[in-house]
Amino acid sequence: MGAGHAHKLYRHGHSPVHALPPHTKLAAVFAFVVVVVSTPREAMWAFAVYAGLLAAVAYTARVPAAFLLKRLLIEVPFVAFAVLLPFVAEGERVDVLGLSLSVSGLWGGWNVLAKGTLGVAASVLLASTTELRELLLGLQRLKLPPLLVQIASFMVRYGDVITDEMRRMRIARESRGFEARGVRHWGVLAKSAGALFIRSYERGERVHLAMVSRGYAGSMPVIDEVTASRAQWSYALALPSAALVVCLLGWTL
Amino acid sequence: MHAPDGFINAPVSAAAGVVAAGAIAVSLRGARRELDERTAPLAGLVAAFIFAVQMLNFPVAAGTSGHLLGGALAAILVGPYTGVLCVSVVLLMQAVLFADGGLTALGVNITTMAITTTIVAYALFRGLVTLLPRTRRSVTAASFVAALVSVPASAIVFTLLYAVGGTTDVSLGKVATAMVGVHVLIGIGEAVITALTVGAVVAVRPDLVHGARGLRHKLKLRVNGELVDAPDAPAAEPVPAAARSRRTVWISGLVTSLVLAGFVSFYASANPDGLEKVATDHGIDKKAEEHALADSPLADYGVEDVDDTRLSGGLAGVIGVGATVVAGSGVFWAVRRRRTGEEAETADPTRTSV
Repeated sequence: MGAGHAHKLYRHGHSPVHALPPHTKLAAVFAFVVVVVSTPREAMWAFAVYAGLLAAVAYTARVPAAFLLKRLLIEVPFVAFAVLLPFVAEGERVDVLGLSLSVSGLWGGWNVLAKGTLGVAASVLLASTTELRELLLGLQRLKLPPLLVQIASFMVRYGDVITDEMRRMRIARESRGFEARGVRHWGVLAKSAGALFIRSYERGERVHLAMVSRGYAGSMPVIDEVTASRAQWSYALALPSAALVVCLLGWTL
Repeated sequence: MHAPDGFINAPVSAAAGVVAAGAIAVSLRGARRELDERTAPLAGLVAAFIFAVQMLNFPVAAGTSGHLLGGALAAILVGPYTGVLCVSVVLLMQAVLFADGGLTALGVNITTMAITTTIVAYALFRGLVTLLPRTRRSVTAASFVAALVSVPASAIVFTLLYAVGGTTDVSLGKVATAMVGVHVLIGIGEAVITALTVGAVVAVRPDLVHGARGLRHKLKLRVNGELVDAPDAPAAEPVPAAARSRRTVWISGLVTSLVLAGFVSFYASANPDGLEKVATDHGIDKKAEEHALADSPLADYGVEDVDDTRLSGGLAGVIGVGATVVAGSGVFWAVRRRRTGEEAETADPTRTSV
């Protein structure tokens, strides 16, 4: 179940970006986002360059623009928030098209909007070019505590199972004529949640016993060690290094 | 409340990341004590449960619905350490897989949503359970209060982080009233759902509720029409239990006092005014926390429901931050005093808690 278990954000492909070892990609995305966040917001052109860099990566990864833009919708609440900022922030105000807007609010809104969007776009690119299992292996290679990686992999592996269990419970409720309409029905839903917890916990115990009976002693065997060559590292880190150059220029100019 | 990149500046995000990493390291060790070598599968399954239950929609009124955040529930059901781990893992996977919450804001998100909610909820819950009579009803009541306070508490911590490292120029008073006011509302829903859920689990498998372990009655046998205590099972380990509770109190005490001491000064310079915007931007914040009910957790993440533009009324600012902070620390001290008393009691070697 674990292996060919691609998540919905993953987009299968054979591009150079897909082929990179996962931990180099994770490190690159993280470094990129850190660089973006520490760029001064006044350097507007820098953010345009960042967007260009990401577009280049998306092109190399053969991720279509429409796919990427659709995934960016997750950000909409914060876009709305950013749009509101100029109206509520303090400081001197300017009149734009008859509206009185706060200057610092405009900057703040721009700041959240630009950095947030770039961050989301980078994460979306990572998720759409890296398989779930690879991501977990990459996290392990980046020295995330093995126990944490194990917990994450169990969560990912059984997330669908538990959600399916919940769906079956919903179908069972509905087939008995139940329809949640308001607060009065919370009791029933909460009982379902309680039952779901008990089932999940008991499944965990069974999984543990099954693991123990197969020789589990607290750590998972590593069967596919991922390594990255120097070339792969430099290839992956091209993105954050380019961004760093832009960032430094942004600070000096 | 998943903060995006760029919302909190880089140094504060990094500091929050360090706090989060430290707390996770402590929790990893603590969880091994709570679950021994079963940690990985059990915590993983509970994380999957939290992830799934966040998609269970609770209809409020026509058209709107809320869902559980799960921090308090996790803490009460599986213990604080495992709870922190589970919620953190959920947040980590949401950030890496679904771009829900920025990567650099991961520390901020874990600090507010995993660590604060779990610690506050568990400390309160344990305190109340020891204060109240040992019945199932009091477990439900305690989880209600714990969940009720945990959500605004996490909003307060977020506001404090914002006060130190916010990148926008909205006055602190506005942010505080908005965050706390709206999260009190969310907290009420969270509290009702958590209490009902814990009640449902306690009714069926009380042994699974970590926070209610002390409530189990001794096994009684009826011998010749007379009730007698069954002989004790091979002594359970009362020592780690005591160590655990003391440690929880210490950690939460440390965090609370650090936060209070370090950041209270910022409130002095805050000039609260104008509540008009609060409601709108939190209508948005609330929406960010409501996903459509998806068939698969991975399916609907790409497209958030955007059509819900509910304004959460003029309730913002009902509860001042100051009042909450004072009440919170008051409760905390009460709990703590009670706890030290309890510890002295459990130190008695003749008493074994099963």
